[in-house]
Amino acid sequence: MSKTYFDETHCAIGHPKSKFMQWMLTVDHKRIGIMYAAVMFFYFFIAVATAFMMRLELFAPGGQFMDGDTFNQAFTLHGVIMIFLFIVPGIPAIFGNIVMPLMIGAKDVSFPRLNWFTFWLYVVGTVVAMSSLFTDAGFADTGWTFYAPYSINTSTNVIFTLVAAFILGMASILTGLNFLVTIHRLRAPGMDFWKMPLFVWGIYATAWIQLLATPVVGITLILAIMEKYFGIGIFDPAKGGDPVLFEHLFWIYSHPAVYLMILPAFGIMSEIIPVFSRREIFGYRAIAISSASIAGIGYLVWGHHLYTSGMADTAKVIFSFLTFFVAIPTGIKFYDWIATMYKGKVILSTPMLWALGTIITFTIGGLTGVTIAMIGVDIHLQDTYYTVAHFHYAMLGGVVFLLFAGMHYWFPLVTGKMYDEKHGKISFYIQFVGFNLLWFPMFIAGYYGMPRRYFDYLPEFQIYHQLSFFGAVIFISGLVYMFVVFYKGWTKGKPAGTNPWNATTLEWHLPSSPPPLENHSKVPYVDFNPYEYHHGHPVVKFNYETMQRID
Amino acid sequence: MSGPYVPEIATDRDGNQHEVQGWQDDFYGGKLGFWLFMFTEVLMFGAMFMALAYYNTLHPQDFLDASASLNRLLGGVNTVVLLISALTMGLGLLNMRVGKVKEAKLMIWATIILAAAFLVIKGFEWRAEYNHGIFLMHDQMLPGSSLPFGQKLFFGLYFTMTGLHGFHIIIGIGLMIWLLKRINAEKVRPDHHILHWNIALYWDIVHLIWVFVFPYYYMIGAGGVTGGH
Repeated sequence: MSKTYFDETHCAIGHPKSKFMQWMLTVDHKRIGIMYAAVMFFYFFIAVATAFMMRLELFAPGGQFMDGDTFNQAFTLHGVIMIFLFIVPGIPAIFGNIVMPLMIGAKDVSFPRLNWFTFWLYVVGTVVAMSSLFTDAGFADTGWTFYAPYSINTSTNVIFTLVAAFILGMASILTGLNFLVTIHRLRAPGMDFWKMPLFVWGIYATAWIQLLATPVVGITLILAIMEKYFGIGIFDPAKGGDPVLFEHLFWIYSHPAVYLMILPAFGIMSEIIPVFSRREIFGYRAIAISSASIAGIGYLVWGHHLYTSGMADTAKVIFSFLTFFVAIPTGIKFYDWIATMYKGKVILSTPMLWALGTIITFTIGGLTGVTIAMIGVDIHLQDTYYTVAHFHYAMLGGVVFLLFAGMHYWFPLVTGKMYDEKHGKISFYIQFVGFNLLWFPMFIAGYYGMPRRYFDYLPEFQIYHQLSFFGAVIFISGLVYMFVVFYKGWTKGKPAGTNPWNATTLEWHLPSSPPPLENHSKVPYVDFNPYEYHHGHPVVKFNYETMQRID
Repeated sequence: MSGPYVPEIATDRDGNQHEVQGWQDDFYGGKLGFWLFMFTEVLMFGAMFMALAYYNTLHPQDFLDASASLNRLLGGVNTVVLLISALTMGLGLLNMRVGKVKEAKLMIWATIILAAAFLVIKGFEWRAEYNHGIFLMHDQMLPGSSLPFGQKLFFGLYFTMTGLHGFHIIIGIGLMIWLLKRINAEKVRPDHHILHWNIALYWDIVHLIWVFVFPYYYMIGAGGVTGGH
């Protein structure tokens, strides 16, 4: 092999000597993924803390220590961080970067330097988003959706958040573009689309959404800025504009964005279930195609956010039915996963526990979503705690739980060490109990009419808020516990070896753990399906030096 | 880069050898990536055209009146300038592909000059509109003015879209100057011209967007002025 500038330090610019600068300038996809994770979890904990402050405020009716305006800013901060900084880039940026190229046997993504640039664009976006916290006018109080005309009229610093969301959207587009080209061009010889691991399918469907939907919200945010600062009139009724147009344009992106969050998470599920059932996945093609069809249908359902905003009845009915259709491919996936476990040798390791827990929580989150897709029910439940509980069950109990599952699953791959299984399991149970105690009462409170985004409430809702509060305490303790387990695993864990889970996909067939620069020692020829087990043992074995099959 | 990139070989179980596509020297990958990026540009402008069409259906007469007041001479000249610049850009790429580097550079310079001319003409146009009291945050466009809603929306979107298009022209000029530097440094060569290819593609999208902007803004009201409905 000839040496390129890239071989020596894997840096975008020059050959820095210091370890720190080597990380900052790295184009290595694994390091970039780890840096994404570090930045994201930093913001994640800020958002968790904000949410906990809101729960504290809501412990009793009336104002405790926050006034209404501060509360508005608090839920906006929570939403903006969780959506734009954490969960939208989340799994693709972390595991799409770390694992996807390994899974397809590539040396890196298609555009490594663009990947590096994208990471820093993301960091700039996060800094811009946070900077308005330190200005006089204060952080935006519009909610993460920036609905016009309020976002046009508010005196808080919405422009920072709008610009930040645009920059983060740009980073998201570039990540998606990079992954699309990578998956199309850099698969190892012999690996056709039907031999790709399902996580890669998830990333592939996600990348299309990132590419096709994000530009629309990008221009919407620019139009909102133009409206607010140059008065072009497009969203301002005082100049003939139509605020509902903003809602349409916003949700044309932001509803597909929901599927953009969940599809890679489903991909993680599809990796974990066969490995810990020691059985080939049931309905591989059905799962792969359902990812693609969720992405496709998900594009056409945005109107269900606007049932109460003023829309033709025919349009409402069409949007309602299209929304029901999303449940079909999602259901196919769930039945396939359960069928995979049937007659399998189920091993209840921590990643599998998280995956199984998610089957419960996401089913609740998904099915409550179907109920509010019905027009009549939605009129009653729109903007109540029912909706809040629904999307937290889907997002936290779906996407983030599966992100945690993936973190346990790929922890030995990334660090080369093993965390403590016993403590990992305990932290799962604590979080699972805390999670349900935190969110389930909100379904009931919402059904009885507790509106979302209020800092005060009627005394009859107190019991639900207090249950939620105790759930939050338990959940956050479990969360901290889990990260302590990770930290201890990383510093003091036992070496894990290259394939601790007896998994079959290519990221577990590396010469060392953690993986070396440039990944596999040789690119393998792929003439096997991703999850081949025979009597509970992986079929495909490699010589890790030559990457020739030896089974 | 030190030394040319040599692709790896993967061997299957029957001993057959398969060349591995690396991220290095991936001409088609580079093209695919840039096509996808251009697709996002189309979606961005597409959303604005959708907003424009929506308000057009709400205020058809206002849109015709506002369109009639635009300067078709300057707009038309700009269209011609931009189309010629697309031609010079394409000729530059053709020259690069057959190895005529000097001619290619000349054509890129011609494109830069035409792009600058476009911006200057656009500037005159905006200035004339400003003098008529129509500009962002100015006179007729303020909330209290008597200009009808539809015209305000028309001009609001007009300045946003032509402004964003002009911004793309400025970026394009920057890209072309960078391209010239890369050609001079022999980083872009006849056998390695993906950057040239992609910038030419970018320029095509920029002129393509204008080809849609021009009729929708300048021509829909032309009938009222020329008398031919």
